[in-house]
Parts: sequence; structure tokens; C-alpha cells
Amino acid sequence: MKLTADEQAMLDGKEGKAKQKAMDLLVRYGEALGAERLVDTKNVCGTVGASTPFLREYGQKRGGMDAVFSEFNLDSAEVVEIPKVAVFSSHLQHGIDPEHAQRQGIPVEVVKLHRRGEAYAAGLGINLLNTCAPYTVGNVTTRGEHCAWMESSAVIYINSVLGARTNAEGRESAGSAMLTGKIPYWGYHIEQNRFGTHHIELDIDVESTADWGLLGYYIGEAVQDRVPVVTGIRNLPNLPRLKHFGAAAASSGGIEMYHMVGITPEAPSLEAAFGLKPGKRRPQETIRYGKAERRKAYEAANVTATSRNVDFIMLGCPHYTIEQIWEVCKLLEGRKLNPNTEMWIFTPRQTAHLAAQNGYTKIIAEAGAHLMSDTCSAMGRLIPKGARVAAADSVKQAHYLPAIMGIECWFGTTEDCVNAAVSGCWNGGLE
Amino acid sequence: MRKIVLRGRKVVGGCAEGEALVTTDRISGWGGIDPRTGTVIETRHQLKGVSFAGKVLVFPGAKGSSGWSSQFHIARLAGMAPVAMVFNEMTTKIALGAVVAHAPSVTDFDRDPLQVIATGDWVKVDGDNGVVEVTKKE
Repeated sequence: MKLTADEQAMLDGKEGKAKQKAMDLLVRYGEALGAERLVDTKNVCGTVGASTPFLREYGQKRGGMDAVFSEFNLDSAEVVEIPKVAVFSSHLQHGIDPEHAQRQGIPVEVVKLHRRGEAYAAGLGINLLNTCAPYTVGNVTTRGEHCAWMESSAVIYINSVLGARTNAEGRESAGSAMLTGKIPYWGYHIEQNRFGTHHIELDIDVESTADWGLLGYYIGEAVQDRVPVVTGIRNLPNLPRLKHFGAAAASSGGIEMYHMVGITPEAPSLEAAFGLKPGKRRPQETIRYGKAERRKAYEAANVTATSRNVDFIMLGCPHYTIEQIWEVCKLLEGRKLNPNTEMWIFTPRQTAHLAAQNGYTKIIAEAGAHLMSDTCSAMGRLIPKGARVAAADSVKQAHYLPAIMGIECWFGTTEDCVNAAVSGCWNGGLE
Repeated sequence: MRKIVLRGRKVVGGCAEGEALVTTDRISGWGGIDPRTGTVIETRHQLKGVSFAGKVLVFPGAKGSSGWSSQFHIARLAGMAPVAMVFNEMTTKIALGAVVAHAPSVTDFDRDPLQVIATGDWVKVDGDNGVVEVTKKE
């Protein structure tokens, strides 16, 4: 890989041990990719926390948070002193919500350790957004901005909807980018790699947020890690719909970039989305999405569920926007949850503040549900004690939660989920 | 003993050998494996319940969450990582995952390793030279 003078200086250790380790990781990673060089980035989203059991133990044994950062963010067994971050850096979701630790079954010592970890990250200058959806709480990227973000659902959103340029980074590359402001120039940083590879034509209306999730789940399975171009969209999707679409597409497959012709910024036309010169035809066959495909995605999303006695409702994957909380409150207001069910709703910390201000938290609490932040069930392995059958309005959560927790999970609309929370019984289904 | 040699490109240097574990399904890291046992946990996966610890993992590539690398990183520290990786599709997830797993890895082959290698074959991976030597299990 070709390095600039400042990159070489960091690799040679002229900027200190931590930056040397960071640059060493970036060079090994860049060479593994086959990248020719690095690119400057001023916007990094990653995780540095140590609240999961394995990392917790590692930190305790090896002498604290610098040891955790060295190993898990720089791939350095040698413990180096970590300096403040060099560029604007944001923290993604954690493994716990310290404000709801007791309900989540988190011991007091772990909360203390978590708070120390947060203070450590803040001390490095990392902004504690604590969400999988930073683009909903102030980290809104510019078109063309080179970023180094983790979190597959956020990566697909900023690439596709906002026109930012990032690959799905990992904990180690994001940590190294925070210290150096560099990331391999590869994949979606390069314009030619952003063009469409597959054409998806919709034959049916895709309306609800759950519907958009199903569409994403189907396309992810169909095109895996390529770049789909969607046409035939009759109902303009809003932020929550695109958030659920992308999260699902990045779960069944590895999609990091898509186009919706006439909607997303790099797809003013079908030709532009495929990067074609005028008069040239795109080569790929068209994948059609109709009732049968929607049914197939629905059945795949519900593959783990058999018992209709639901005891846990999980909402907020990716973290709910304030609009989604408002929608849930409309469905919940004046109703009470079944005594045998729990409902946890996850949102970014800032959005939770707004929800409290608007009275939504009170409506949710009066119904017997809980508004939580910073984490989610799949991320933190957090479910109510004894829960066996869950329900979610997120295909992503329905995809991961059963595998991670060994429970069943239904997938349906937000309304299906709220009704199940009230009745204790799953009555969702495709009409 | 029939031997087959595949040539590709270095991803991570070093040499390692072991028994092959082959899947034509892509692998999810976070939410797809349990790094403390090296076991695949994804619901509809060919290898569900099977551990890749100590094996040469032969697969199409990575999918899913960007927690891919950190899961394979933890698997290495837990002594449950594959000893080497052989795969077809390059992504940031798999590149970083192979790097932090410290697993000699090769990609971009002259022949499709998924067609040539079967579970149980003995596989030697020379990451530095991009050479993979397969001894077929008779």
C-alpha cells in the first residue's frame, strides 16, 4: 500500500505508540482488502465499551480500559496509552442501559464498570450517542463525505439515503480511524463500486414500516452483498421505513448500498443508478417483488415462531425515531399490557429525553411498558427473565434474537406487536 | 492420497494446516456465531451447531453485522478461532476478521475452493505465497 508522508510518520511511531499500532492495523487491513491507499476521514462511528462478559473479564485481568482499547480496537496485545481521538468520533450502542439495569437483569458491579467505561470514552473525546442510529440524533452526513462507520444498518442508511461514503467497518478499524483519521480507500469510497448491480422491480404497494422490512429481507437474501436498484415504488418511504428496509437487507445479506430511482441521491435515473452511458443497456435480469415474494420473506422472518402465547414485545430495532414512539403511544394510550407480557421499546438517549418532554414516556409507563435507551435485546442479550416467545416489528431483530437467545420470535407490524402486548396472544399475519 | 493445489492471493500471511470445514452459506459474525465455543448459531445455516475451532474454514464469505471482526477476535482470544480461512468474496468484514483472528488466509483463487475442498479434507494454507494444498480424504 502507498502511504503519504503523514501516514508513514505515524507508522514509524513519530506520533506515539498508539497511533503506530493504529496505523499498523490499518495497513494490515488495507493489504488484506487489496486497497492501494488510505483516505482521510473526519467522521467515525464505533464502539470501545467493555460491558459484555468477555471484554469485562479481559479488562479486569489486563489492567483496565487502555488494555481493552489496545486489544479490541487496535489488535495490539501490548497495552499502549490511548490518546484523545484525532477526528469527530461517535459511540454506537452498548450492551446495557444503565438507567434500566435492574429490569434488564444487570448486576450493580456491571453498571459501575459500564459507567467507568463511558467516562473513559468521553475522556477520549468520543461522543456518547449510544445508538445504532446516529443519523437520527445529529450525526447526519454530507453527500460524498468519507466516513468510517460500524453498524450495518447505519452504514447502509448513510451510504444509500445520504450519499456518504463508508464501508461496514469493524471495531478495530473504527478504533484505529478514531486515532488517525484514516481508513482504507476501498469498496464504497470509490465511485465505480457504488453503481447498481441488480434491478428490483416492485409489483405491489409497499406501505407499512413492517412491509419495508420484508422487502429489505427479501432483497438481502436475493442479492447478498451486491448493490440493488429498486424501481416501481408507489409510496414514498420515510426515515423509519428506510431504516427498517436497510437493517433487514443488511441482515439476510450483506447489502451496504442501494438505490431507489427518483428517491435516493445517486439515482436520479435508472441509468445513473447503474452508472451507464446514454444508450447503453444494463446487463442484469430483473428480480420482481410481488405477493409471493412478500409471503416468502414473511415466512422466513417468522421461521422460529410456533407458540402464540407471547411474553415479550421488543420494539426499536434499529432504535426508534421520535415519530415511531409517537405512533406506539397512539396505539397504547388508555390500554394496559397483559400481566404476562413485557414490552421494551429502545431509542437513542436524546430521543428518550424528548419522549419524556412530550409525555410519551408517561403514556408508555401507564400502559405498563418501558422506554429504554443505549442498547437492545439482541445486542445486550437482554430479555425479561423467563421470556420464551418474543414479538418484534423489526425483521432484523426477529432474525437475530432467536439465534442469540434461543427463544422464539414473531415478526409483524407495530400494531400486531402492541395488540399482542395487550392480549398476550399473537394474532398477526399477512392479509 | 490425492493432492490438489489451489493458487490465490494473500489476505493474511503465515502458514497453518488442519481439517477443512466447508459451507456454501455465507457466515454472520455477531449473532451468527458463539465466539466462546466457535459454533455457528444462525437459525437457517448449514453449519448450525457445528464448531470451526481449530479447523480450516472454507466458505463463500461474510455477511451480516459489522460486529464480524470483533466476534472472530474474541474467538481467537478464547482459543476457538479457525486456524486458517479460505474464501471467495472479499468484504471489509472478512478482511478485518481474518486480520484480527491472526488466521493465515487466501482468496481470489484460480479454481473455486468450494468445488474442490470437502469437509474432512486436510488443508495446508500458505498465506504468504497464496497457496492452498488440499489432501483429499479417501
